[in-house]
Amino acid sequence: MSAHADEAAAIGGGKTAAVAAWDAEQSARRRLILVGRIVVGVALVAFWEYASGRMIDKLFVSSPSAVSLRLWRWLGDGSLWNHLSITLYATALGFIIGSLVGFVMGLLFGRYRTIADIFDPYITALYSIPKIALAPLFIIWFGIGIESKVAVSASIVFFVVFLNTYAGVRDVNPIYIHATRIMGGNEYHVLRHVMIPSAASWVITGLKVSVPYALVGTVIGEFMSSNRGIGFIIAQATGLFDTTSVFAGLVILGVVGAVINVGLRHAESWLLRWKAQD
Amino acid sequence: MTITVRGAEKRYVSRGREVRALDNVDLDIAAGEFVAFVGPSGCGKSTLLNMVAGILPLTGGTIRHDGVAVSGINRAVGYMTQVDSVLPWHTVFENVELPLKFRGVPAAERKSRVDAMLARVNLTGFESSFPAELSGGMRKRVALAQVLVYDPGTLLMDEPFGALDAQLKLLMQAELLAIWQATGKTVVFVTHDLSEAVTLASRVIVFSGRPGRIKAIETVPLAYPRDPFKVRFLPEFEACYAKLWAALAPEIAKGEAV
Ligand SMILES: Nc1ncnc2c1ncn2[C@@H]1O[C@H](COP(=O)(O)OP(=O)(O)OP(=O)(O)O)[C@@H](O)[C@H]1O
Ligand SMILES: [Mg+2]
Repeated sequence: MSAHADEAAAIGGGKTAAVAAWDAEQSARRRLILVGRIVVGVALVAFWEYASGRMIDKLFVSSPSAVSLRLWRWLGDGSLWNHLSITLYATALGFIIGSLVGFVMGLLFGRYRTIADIFDPYITALYSIPKIALAPLFIIWFGIGIESKVAVSASIVFFVVFLNTYAGVRDVNPIYIHATRIMGGNEYHVLRHVMIPSAASWVITGLKVSVPYALVGTVIGEFMSSNRGIGFIIAQATGLFDTTSVFAGLVILGVVGAVINVGLRHAESWLLRWKAQD
Repeated sequence: MTITVRGAEKRYVSRGREVRALDNVDLDIAAGEFVAFVGPSGCGKSTLLNMVAGILPLTGGTIRHDGVAVSGINRAVGYMTQVDSVLPWHTVFENVELPLKFRGVPAAERKSRVDAMLARVNLTGFESSFPAELSGGMRKRVALAQVLVYDPGTLLMDEPFGALDAQLKLLMQAELLAIWQATGKTVVFVTHDLSEAVTLASRVIVFSGRPGRIKAIETVPLAYPRDPFKVRFLPEFEACYAKLWAALAPEIAKGEAV
């Protein structure tokens, strides 16, 4: 029995020397990566600034200083938020609708194999259509307002989340389902304690991949026809050969994408904390 | 009778080939008995337990448990499967708590019962560990706590102590015997280890090589309570072991010849 007290002590209280050393090593590595990232970022921007006007015509590549000024102006006159909010709103809505429907359908298909097999060729055919090609159709159906952008991004997100959820549910080890039911679990318990957690890593992968897609879907919808949104800014500026505004729009999209990704990574590591490290 | 098996037969069909795993098995297990299954690998021991648990349908014959014909999941048993069935996304505590949750046991009572059970299997201090952070033997003990905590009348155990080291195995055997004697459960225990079968069981069933049939049934002439650390030095133990080995050895040799 005392062997077990030792085992418990080993994972229990206090930082041992090994834990402290491991922590130190990790934080040193993190610092190195952070510094490296800053250096690379500064170097890229500096090169862009230097090359602009000297090596490449300013008309094509603008310059970081001009882009920053443009962003600053947009921030000041409220147009940044005016356009960004509509893009974010459409993206979020498309993401939520697409992933909700995709998740539920994925669970159903995973649970009822025969239904899945019947629908399989049609789903595959639909999936093979580039969703971008649906954008003009959605504009006919839903008009040039926000609804058509939501529809484009939802249709992209739906497939990614649906296919991942479906794959995840099919991947569930039947032994867990049997064990849970023998222990007294009902259908809901099986769903809650086996299906969903087991499919979680697939679903989260699907969600992670589909957030940028949702943004892409919205922006493409905005390219085609709109009067607001970051996609609209970029499309309009392109027409006017205003590369500074185009780059400013691209920077905004890049920053938004990166911020969303960081959030998702945190969510992922919390949800999948049960997986063995390394 | 708690478990009545009549003419049980199982044929698997996979990739167009038929495997006869179990053939015409008749068996009666009385309430409160401790029965061990031994037999060469692949003779259908796990298959029979799966059928008693209702995971697998029979292809012939019947199995009755507590007088009811088993068809579909049998919730009246606790089943410790041969492969790991502890849920990897739940902590040790949550895993052991699960069957109580399913039964609507209130939270405070759940906590005390889970804590007591974890202490019995020497896992105190690991409540918040995830299964991936445990050794194979520790996961087996989590599975044991999980089936014991909700107190099913019949326990099906498929090589539960196979992954444990020799000392811990003896400790767990003693623990299981104590629980069995205190509660009067019916236990069906599959093992590769003949001396484990003799140490624990009141009756040992020897299966023949595939297709599995019952080759011999031996009543173990050792009185309970038994001390797993000591029984194997008794002359009755040796005699019983020798008889079982005589029945089992040719089956194992046969299996290896194939
Ligand atoms: N799902 C399956 N499909 C096809 N054949 C199977 C399946 N499961 C088991 N078998 C076959 O049935 C036979 C009995 O398997 P079973 O797992 O019951 O053996 P066992 O006695 O538990 O063996 P071990 O002692 O190695 O665990 C084996 O020959 C195996 O190949
Ligand atoms: Mg087996």
